[in-house]
Amino acid sequence: MTAAALLLSRRRAALLGAGILVLVVGLAVLGPALIRTDPLKMSIVDALSAPSAAHPFGTDQYGRDVLSRVISGARLSLVTGAGAVLIALAGGLLLGLVSGAAGGWPDLLMMRVVDVMMAFPSVLLALVVVAVLGHGSTNVMVAVGVSLIPTFVRLIRGNVLVVREQAYVEAARALGCRPRRVTLQHILPNIIAPVIVLATIAVAWSIIIGASLSFLGLGPRPPIPEWGVDLSNGRNYLLRGWWISAGPGVAIMTTVIAVNLVGDALRDVLDPRVRSLTSI
Amino acid sequence: MLVYLQQRLALAVPVVFGVSIVVFAIVHLLPGDPVLVMLSGANATPEQVAELRAQLRFEDPLVVQYWRFLRRALVGDLGRSIFSKRPVIEEIAAQLPSTLELAAAAIAIALAVGLVLGILAALRPNSWIDRLSMLVALSGISMPSFWLGLLLIFAFSLELGWLPATGQGGWRRLILPAATIGLNYAAVVARLVRSSFLEVLGNAYIGTARAKGLAERIVVLKHALGNALIPVVTIIGVQLGNLLAGTIIVETVFSRRGMGRLAVTAVLDKDYPLIQGVVLVSALGYVLVNLLVDVSYSLIDPRIRHREGAA
Repeated sequence: MTAAALLLSRRRAALLGAGILVLVVGLAVLGPALIRTDPLKMSIVDALSAPSAAHPFGTDQYGRDVLSRVISGARLSLVTGAGAVLIALAGGLLLGLVSGAAGGWPDLLMMRVVDVMMAFPSVLLALVVVAVLGHGSTNVMVAVGVSLIPTFVRLIRGNVLVVREQAYVEAARALGCRPRRVTLQHILPNIIAPVIVLATIAVAWSIIIGASLSFLGLGPRPPIPEWGVDLSNGRNYLLRGWWISAGPGVAIMTTVIAVNLVGDALRDVLDPRVRSLTSI
Repeated sequence: MLVYLQQRLALAVPVVFGVSIVVFAIVHLLPGDPVLVMLSGANATPEQVAELRAQLRFEDPLVVQYWRFLRRALVGDLGRSIFSKRPVIEEIAAQLPSTLELAAAAIAIALAVGLVLGILAALRPNSWIDRLSMLVALSGISMPSFWLGLLLIFAFSLELGWLPATGQGGWRRLILPAATIGLNYAAVVARLVRSSFLEVLGNAYIGTARAKGLAERIVVLKHALGNALIPVVTIIGVQLGNLLAGTIIVETVFSRRGMGRLAVTAVLDKDYPLIQGVVLVSALGYVLVNLLVDVSYSLIDPRIRHREGAA
């Protein structure tokens, strides 16, 4: 396979990923208008029904429609994923830009703080934040966001350190630009590409960590539809109702694969080193 | 080498210090009266509230409290669990071996699967083996461990009846949870081995080895593998955190004893002394492992210790 075909296949994969993402986001936004059955409506006579025309994804032990719950759950899972990344991005940009651009003791201090945060694996750090803030979907989002901040700070600071030595930044400084202007107008636009790639891939991590915390019982409380909560709900019915877990499980996996495909393609396109290799 | 080790230890000290401050702060960041929050899950009597208040002495200045916490932690006194009343260190000591056993088995599976997939993919770049390997890797990265664990339980325990689904004891009960974490981890290893191998195979010394007429097997195993593994060692260290995260979830899915399950139970029960103990031990363990990985990295690649030592 030639490099061009490889690039094309990458793009095909990216298109597939983007298509799935548009579908999932569309379902999350339009979901309540599309679903016929109330995701909270219990019907004991329909309990543990296998997938059928009436219930394409089957029903759970309370007779609730699994498809409706998967579609409704998309909203919470995506909001948690995207919200956590926004928190991590905001924290990462603030600390990373200040640290990288200022240098000296602020940089030293912030990097030691980041080192300490890095000593906690992300799920453990998220668990600590939930332990302090309490359970619930918003707290899970904050917890996941905080746990990802060190990764963003490291990447952003590293790139700032490279870019701030470039001739055009020095020229801006020589022309009398203030440090804030130099950072925001000359450094920031030139470090944004890897940040976009990381932010995209981090959405996938956030969805997984968020769903994991919900699975462990630290996220939204049942009967709120959420993928991690519903997957956990189905684990006691694997033999009699495998479809209860299968619906949210496949939904999480498909969404995360789609985000990763888009992230991989973005990396190929936005990282000039990789781009030059693939376009030879 | 000694200089390098000293430098790395010196860097680790402030981190350990910072970790202790974060762990100490957990209780102090609680909204409202920390004593009431700590006992909110335990149906405590007023006497118990008074007892805990007297024990924790929150009225002392923060510095005094931190110093007390640090002094006790240094001799292994991490307080007592609010629920079991047992010393936290005993609770942790009872759970740690199970997690270490799970982690070791998971790493073995991850390395075996990841190396094979990565090398196969790199030897035939852009072939169907490469694409299949990378598809497996992408699925592994994208699959949450609790979902993979449930799939493995469904297939190998409930449907085929080959392996027990839950519990403790014996290698048969270890396979499924270790595979759940290991396969997630293998995906990362495979992608890294592939890219690292491709880079190494492009080097002149590989061309020389081939030109000498060496068998491809020897070129790959003797000349390429060692050099390609250098970045893999680093990523293993970095990914050990994810492995720990994996045990938190997998121990719950498979109802296994261990540090991860202890952490989750402690958070659900709001057993703060236990939360502090588990978090402290886990984070310190993570720092220690990273230190060992850094040192082993310098042993594998002498350029590192010479560069760092000279700096």
